[in-house]
Amino acid sequence: MGNDFTSSLRPAIVMTILFAILLGILYPLAMTGIGQAIFPSQANGSLVRDQRGTVIGSTVVGQAFTSDRYFQTRPSAAGKGYDGLASSGSNLGPTAQALVDRVKPDVEKRHAEGATGVLPADLVTASGSGLDPDLSPEAAFAQVARIAHIRGMPDVQVRALVSTHVDHPLLGFLGEDRVNVLALNQALDRAGTRRRQ
Amino acid sequence: MTLQGWILIVAFTGILLALTKPVGLWLFALYEGRRTPLHAVLGPVETGFYKLAGIDPNAEQSWRRYAVHMVNFNFALLLFTYAVLRLQGVLPGNPQGLAGVGEHLSFNTAISFTANTNWQSYGGESTMSNLSQMLGLTIHNFLSAATGIALAFALFRGFARRSAATIGNFWADATRITLYLLLPICVALTIFYIASGVPQTLGGVVDVSTLEGAKQSILLGPVASQEAIKMLGTNGGGFFNANSAHPFENPTALTNLVQMLSIFLIGFGLTWCFGKAVGNTRQGWAILSAMLILFLVGVTITYWQEAAGNPILHELGVSGGNMEGKEVRFGIAASALFSIVTTAASCGAVNAMHDSFTALGGMIPLFNMQLGEVVVGGVGAGIYGFLLFAILAVFVAGLMVGRTPEYVGKKIEAKEVKLAVLAIAVLPLIILGFTSLSSVAEAGLAGPLNKGPHGFSEILYAFTSAVANNGSAFAGLTANTPWYNALLGVAMWLGRFFIIVPMLAIAGSLAAKKYTPESAGSFPTTGGLWVGLLVGIILILGGLTFLPSLALGPIADHLAMIRGQLF
Repeated sequence: MGNDFTSSLRPAIVMTILFAILLGILYPLAMTGIGQAIFPSQANGSLVRDQRGTVIGSTVVGQAFTSDRYFQTRPSAAGKGYDGLASSGSNLGPTAQALVDRVKPDVEKRHAEGATGVLPADLVTASGSGLDPDLSPEAAFAQVARIAHIRGMPDVQVRALVSTHVDHPLLGFLGEDRVNVLALNQALDRAGTRRRQ
Repeated sequence: MTLQGWILIVAFTGILLALTKPVGLWLFALYEGRRTPLHAVLGPVETGFYKLAGIDPNAEQSWRRYAVHMVNFNFALLLFTYAVLRLQGVLPGNPQGLAGVGEHLSFNTAISFTANTNWQSYGGESTMSNLSQMLGLTIHNFLSAATGIALAFALFRGFARRSAATIGNFWADATRITLYLLLPICVALTIFYIASGVPQTLGGVVDVSTLEGAKQSILLGPVASQEAIKMLGTNGGGFFNANSAHPFENPTALTNLVQMLSIFLIGFGLTWCFGKAVGNTRQGWAILSAMLILFLVGVTITYWQEAAGNPILHELGVSGGNMEGKEVRFGIAASALFSIVTTAASCGAVNAMHDSFTALGGMIPLFNMQLGEVVVGGVGAGIYGFLLFAILAVFVAGLMVGRTPEYVGKKIEAKEVKLAVLAIAVLPLIILGFTSLSSVAEAGLAGPLNKGPHGFSEILYAFTSAVANNGSAFAGLTANTPWYNALLGVAMWLGRFFIIVPMLAIAGSLAAKKYTPESAGSFPTTGGLWVGLLVGIILILGGLTFLPSLALGPIADHLAMIRGQLF
């Protein structure tokens, strides 16, 4: 046993150092180099810029939309909402009073602004990350009446806008029907601008 | 439940079954120490490492020597990571300017990553610098996985060798697995992840002016390179707090599928490799069949419960399945499937918050871990854990027919059965002991976010996850306290190494035995009867031990949920 122990010390220490260099430094740095060279946009967060070059978001990560003029994103438990430095779900269990206290006013608010019937689940539930970039098409359609009213656009035009932005599952079974909220709201702004001209 | 959801589950299982033999063949080449095509590139690295560390890769080791070298290597890695985390504030690669990580959190985290658990008491984005993620954590993801697979190889040799005093060389096993298996697959996976939208940069925070004119800060970092090994090595420690639910870790339904596949890939291959090592691949398929039965039953229950949703929310006028804690791009099916894959294997990555699952939907992930992470299981750890149950199963079969039990050509005698029971008993002892303690101590009761039975489930889940080396959480529990960091740290260490050492002793004992050819009186260990016996033994041991605790947590929670009672 004593011999087993002493004979292990040099390999244990040296292999720790060698593997730290290979796996902790060389591997991530090499991958960073390759990623930056071949896929610079994705490797740097798939950022979206406006005409002046200001970063207005990422196609991958969700951002808060709380204004009634925009399609609003799901409730978020990341910091004070869509905090990119504090991703989190609500972690509320199915029987939590706090869950009901949060969902109930949201449901009432959606009904007050024109949504009818039972609401799609994702519209009033917090996502796992708090940074969900998407809505289900149903959750977007539930907001059409409000947006059409505020922007003075015909309902059908707003609905059509949502329909054209629905992403379908890959190969018919990977993923769900969904709408990227940032892309949809950008399109909404463009549609509004065109109409005013 | 939808047809689309079931197509996903069937396709997922089918792809893995198609990959089982190819991966098994590759693993078998490494098990035998054969030359692979990759030796042309990485061979010099391997021999260079041996030379510098003074290792003779052909020197065979007894089980004791194998165990001591393995533990000391892991201990050296643990100290290394502890140092990196404590010194974070003065080390480079820290664009956010984060301070050093505190004592009890560093203790917990260093053990966690060494033990292939990757329990995270912290939120990655607010605690770990880029250098800590790379140097402190990513290396464990590789080496704890390599350790697990090496240990499985050692046990395979115990079964395969005859009248032998040794079970291989730890350094050769661990180095070859890292260089010729984990690293090349991770390079390919990393490039795929980057192409799909996972960041890979040394930069830090990007400031965003949102469309509404608000400010949002987005954190970037070397995410993809860590994501690849996090799944392949069944580690599960996320770069971000939200783990694989975070869009930067898991941006699309396709990356989600690849992540789930890579959790199970090596575990499936190892069952085939075991069969090949003991000279009959049907032995491997029998094990995989038992695993698949338990897996598919688990998927069905959780998917059914999550798709059915929460009646309390239905009452408020919300339709459909349970979307609290889930991402729209994955939906119900892919979230339910992921939760079962990650807890069946000892991965612990999550793409949805298990804490917000329905009561029974969340119970299955918990139960998966309580079964000892043997449904596919962690890389290496799954199959050696499973073989401990196989030893008990042949023992039970032997009692029934009144003969000395045999398994794949080796007589199973009192020594092996005692050691197997010792290894298996560690799990419930620590889980139930520490959970009880935390349910009465003030410092323990301060942890849960949810009240009522769900709060108890949070504590039970934490210790189950730690001992089983899973690392997923009912994350409402505030675990970054001295109480939980210390107890969970101890639980993770015991859960890893107090199973490994008896298991290696079994390997040594088996290797020394003569080969016992199969006779008319042997209990067959390949057919349906054997698979049924295995499933039964695993369920009875897990069920009997943990059913009372499940009744207090998720089952009580379920009854409250259908009655509409709130806490």
